[in-house]
Amino acid sequence: MERHMISPDVSGLACVYERPGTLTDTPFHYCPGCGHGVVHRVLMEAVDELGIQEETIGVAPVGCSVFSYNYLNIDMQEAAHGRASAVATAVKRMLPGKYVFSYQGDGDLAAIGTAETIHTANRGENILVLFINNAIYGMTGGQMAPTTLLGMKTTTSPAGRTVETAGFPLKITEMLAMLPGVYYVSRNSVHTPGAVRHLKKAILKSFRYQKENRGTCFIEVVSNCPSGWKMTPLEANRWMEEHMFPLYPPGEIKVPQ
Amino acid sequence: MSDLRLMKGNEALAEAAIRAGCQGYFGYPITPQSEILEYLAAEGRARGMIVLQAESEVASINMVYGGAGAGARVMTSSSSPGISLMQEGLSYIACAELPCLVVNVSRGGPGLGTIQPSQGDYFQAVKGGGHGDYRLLVLAPSSVQEMADFVFDAFDLADKYRTPVMILADGALGQMMEKVTFREYNPAEHIVAKPWATTGKPKTRERNIITSLHIEPEMMEQINLRLQEKYRLIAENETRCEHFHTEDAEYLIVAYGLAARIAKGAVETARAQGIKAGLLRPVTLFPYPTAAIRRLAETVRGVLVLEMNAGQMIEDVRLAVEGRVQVRFYGRMGGIIPAPDEVLVALEGMVKEDAAQHEEVY
Repeated sequence: MERHMISPDVSGLACVYERPGTLTDTPFHYCPGCGHGVVHRVLMEAVDELGIQEETIGVAPVGCSVFSYNYLNIDMQEAAHGRASAVATAVKRMLPGKYVFSYQGDGDLAAIGTAETIHTANRGENILVLFINNAIYGMTGGQMAPTTLLGMKTTTSPAGRTVETAGFPLKITEMLAMLPGVYYVSRNSVHTPGAVRHLKKAILKSFRYQKENRGTCFIEVVSNCPSGWKMTPLEANRWMEEHMFPLYPPGEIKVPQ
Repeated sequence: MSDLRLMKGNEALAEAAIRAGCQGYFGYPITPQSEILEYLAAEGRARGMIVLQAESEVASINMVYGGAGAGARVMTSSSSPGISLMQEGLSYIACAELPCLVVNVSRGGPGLGTIQPSQGDYFQAVKGGGHGDYRLLVLAPSSVQEMADFVFDAFDLADKYRTPVMILADGALGQMMEKVTFREYNPAEHIVAKPWATTGKPKTRERNIITSLHIEPEMMEQINLRLQEKYRLIAENETRCEHFHTEDAEYLIVAYGLAARIAKGAVETARAQGIKAGLLRPVTLFPYPTAAIRRLAETVRGVLVLEMNAGQMIEDVRLAVEGRVQVRFYGRMGGIIPAPDEVLVALEGMVKEDAAQHEEVY
């Protein structure tokens, strides 16, 4: 793909912010305003800072981030839909000295992969599970997800999700936090600089805990889907704060005692 | 170390897996093969193997994907319904070209069926099972000795071709006890380099990606062509079958696995009665010994296919015979093992029919 780069004269200027070396030069395919790109970047900034690029193996899901391996400059495996944590389990078991994470969306992790998610956490696998929750199936064109809010319109809940037909939004993060195998649970977002910094801290902590063999670390990122939600990026972020946060409040959910 | 033991087929297979240097086993209990998981949970772990009882066969096969992708020698085992659950994962593994061993100690179906032995999974094992154009390399043991032997072969073939290999056994082979000798095998001499594995990207190489996703159709076609070329090579180099009294045979039985053992008894009895019977036993079900059967079809007067199913492999026999000679079928279903007497009756029926037709002609 042709990239149009602006190359200003930067001689004499100090670089204070740059692309982490652990991201490839491939431009993201994500829609404008989507949170995935920011999460990718923050994740790889953490890998960079810890100097663990050579020791980190990622597992990509099926969903919008199916191509995340095009962007993350580390060894990666692309799992079947919902099975990323099972794949990551085996990678970690066979390579216990490496850092392993799975990166999964709400449909992948909380619908088709619910069993794998719960049992990976219940075994306390020493991996990081990154869960991107935007309450919709983005890649397939905006269908209802297990985390879709009541009343929320999607292509498969055109009149809005109702309890009668689709039950309640699944708070899987709170469910997982109950399991003794899970060591650390944090819910984040990436729509403000402060939120991004908090996410990075959570990722750094998770990798540190993984090194110490503490158990499963689970980070939810409540995110947006401007295309699927039919909103501008700004509207989507505002809507996320007003409607998603009351049900999925950001914060530390389970911290080591 | 090679030594003589008396073991169940499932246990012999599990012991062979340890000796073959299998590093990771991921499985879920199901009759009639749970002894594999049980044996490995005790013996395998004690001897350094990672043994994980997964939450389902779906998780198991995806763990095999992850472990194989990480460069380890890994396997799973199950029985028919569990193998059905693994089909999506097997398709992914075949496309991502990950070497691994999958064991099906099959039982009678369809559905929950029965826990008794069956060969009803032939189509599933040999014709794909999961979605897309792929093949498993399928080995069919017919003794406890082969339950052990084929594990070593399976891991080596899987590594050689970067492909999933299935051992298709049945509940009788898994449960029965026979003497078994373990071959001399030093895994260190067999483990191959896996520069494609995701073991962590050093600065000296590009990142490794294990995937079955190739969204551009031109790319996906290339992947398919590569797979088909691999299957052609496998067919060229790895086809195996056993001949039993086929040199002068006038009537040929084709049977694999447990059915082939029963057929051997029938062939011997028939020969004692003056019927020149022989047996061809496919050892690899994919690749299939098509050429061997075709050659015999030139000389025999009739072919009888014996299976513990409704007639599945008979389609491959007919494709090999191509109408040169009549192909008949005898089989039992639902977990029933045919007795040698029944096979003999079927064989005699074929001989009589042939003689009657012969009279009509003249």
